[in-house]
Amino acid sequence: MSDMTHSTATAKSPREHMLAEAFLMLWRDKFAFLSALFLLLVVFAAFFGPSLLTDQALQMNLRGRNAPPFELERGWIYFLGADNLGRSLLARLVIGSRYTLMIAGSAVVLALVAGTILGLVAGYRQGRIATIILRAADILMSFPSLLLALIVLFVLAPSVANVVLVLALSRVPVYLRTCRAEVLEIRERQFVKAAKVLGASHARIVFLHILPNVVPTLLTLATLEFAAVMLSESSLSFLGLGVQAPAVTWGLMVADGRGYLASAWWLSFWPGVTISLTAISANLMANWIRTATDPAQRWRLEKRKRA
Amino acid sequence: MRSYFRQRTIQSVISLFGLVVLVFFLARLTGNPVDLLLPVDTPQSVREEFAARHGFDQPLLVQFGRYLLDLLQLDFGESLRDGRPALQMVLQAFPTTLLLSFWAMLISLVIAIVTGSIAAWRPGGVFDRIASLISLAGASIPNFWIAIVGVLVFSVWLRALPTSGTGTPWHWIMPVTVLFVRPCGVLTQVVRSSMIDALASPYVKTARARGVRSRVVIFGHALRNAMLPVVTVAGDQAAGMVNGAVIAETVFGFPGIGKLMIDSIMFRDFAVIQAAVMVTAVAIFVLNILIDLAYALLDPRVRHG
Repeated sequence: MSDMTHSTATAKSPREHMLAEAFLMLWRDKFAFLSALFLLLVVFAAFFGPSLLTDQALQMNLRGRNAPPFELERGWIYFLGADNLGRSLLARLVIGSRYTLMIAGSAVVLALVAGTILGLVAGYRQGRIATIILRAADILMSFPSLLLALIVLFVLAPSVANVVLVLALSRVPVYLRTCRAEVLEIRERQFVKAAKVLGASHARIVFLHILPNVVPTLLTLATLEFAAVMLSESSLSFLGLGVQAPAVTWGLMVADGRGYLASAWWLSFWPGVTISLTAISANLMANWIRTATDPAQRWRLEKRKRA
Repeated sequence: MRSYFRQRTIQSVISLFGLVVLVFFLARLTGNPVDLLLPVDTPQSVREEFAARHGFDQPLLVQFGRYLLDLLQLDFGESLRDGRPALQMVLQAFPTTLLLSFWAMLISLVIAIVTGSIAAWRPGGVFDRIASLISLAGASIPNFWIAIVGVLVFSVWLRALPTSGTGTPWHWIMPVTVLFVRPCGVLTQVVRSSMIDALASPYVKTARARGVRSRVVIFGHALRNAMLPVVTVAGDQAAGMVNGAVIAETVFGFPGIGKLMIDSIMFRDFAVIQAAVMVTAVAIFVLNILIDLAYALLDPRVRHG
């Protein structure tokens, strides 16, 4: 860790070089490049959109109820049409992006942290604790995630915090198993044994020697998981068991528009498009990261030698 | 093999017991189970009578013991909606979901194996790129949105397919489609990568060198070995079918176990939810054992190991 902080101060150029190289590798995979752009747009919307568009998203306009899309006479904000209360769909999509990303993002981070800690424990300390942790993970994994969420949200109220908790809970085993498998392999390596011989404490070995080697794999897994968690959240919202109005997520918008399918298809259509595009982009990015960080696959993205 | 199955069954029973405990204590977590089981506007006298009749005034451990005894006798209680035994309602809805999942799984396996194998023949080729993108999209597009766009296009605009019910084969087209897209996308990717590995292996090279025809190499030699990871993922996807079935059955008014669950949640009909969850869990454990059997059939090392 110490030379990381050191290198930022003295050797700036290798870091810039790495960034440039990463950008070139991204540019070479056109699908990954487009998805990165789209994800940036969504993140930008989630961060800055609400402060810019909250008024438009809440402003009801009874004359513009279910206004059709692609008509500019009401102004660009109504370009995607308006909902059953005459609120701009574009503005609501932007507001919805914050909740959608926030819920999926928090659930992924929560599951990542909990799964990593449990995985480190289960991998490093074999014995009864490890067995109990793994059995609990088996029970969770053997059961469809949506059903688990349905039961929990039936019992607890469907608030934002509970939705995050349920989504995180159902994904913890994924990180736990991956982390444990990695730890089992790493703890047998020479440098861990060396640290042990030198008298390092368990905490020092786990956090300083093992954890840094596990993190890259788990982070790649987390990007892949993001799309899955977002889709689960959307399904819950769609079924009416996710977040409740006035909070708005894309899944909830699809559900709200269902009743107007015959008269105003755009109510359900657009939020579905944004969910799909975000999930596809996240998956493409995850594939790209996997390729770019895998030494055996990396050449696909590097500059081809001219024959 | 036999000891393996005994071990597997014991594991399943432990997992089921874990689930039973989870459901029981989750239900008691909210405080008074009477509030959970009865509608909000129930008068106080009825509540007290209900609590006494079902033993909710007893200590928690006594309640848990009684609950286990009832479960062992397959008594899940009665539906709040129409007073029928909860288990009967669930078993009535179950075949519909099973049939729906069966068709969806069959179609997605066939499409995934054919597409994935052809894509793996020339990795990076035109067919592979198109197939990869479509399968990725299939795995990423939310199924409830596919359902809604399907209703919009085929029912509202074209008036070709019915929106709900189970009467004719036409009624099954959209629910099966909604259910198969995601597993199909995931499985295609697995078949593809697994086939690329298999096709690069020495025995395939030998077969090709001997002049065996491409079709025989792909489907005869490579596919059989490439199927192992596919079977594992297909098992996971089949278990996850319930997730999709909840969505498809809700949108299309299909009288399966998914719709039953959602309706029961809306009515706060706890006995039915509990029965549905237990029946689904048992079905998934049976499925897992079947998957292991398929694995043993495909891989002699598992059979004799």
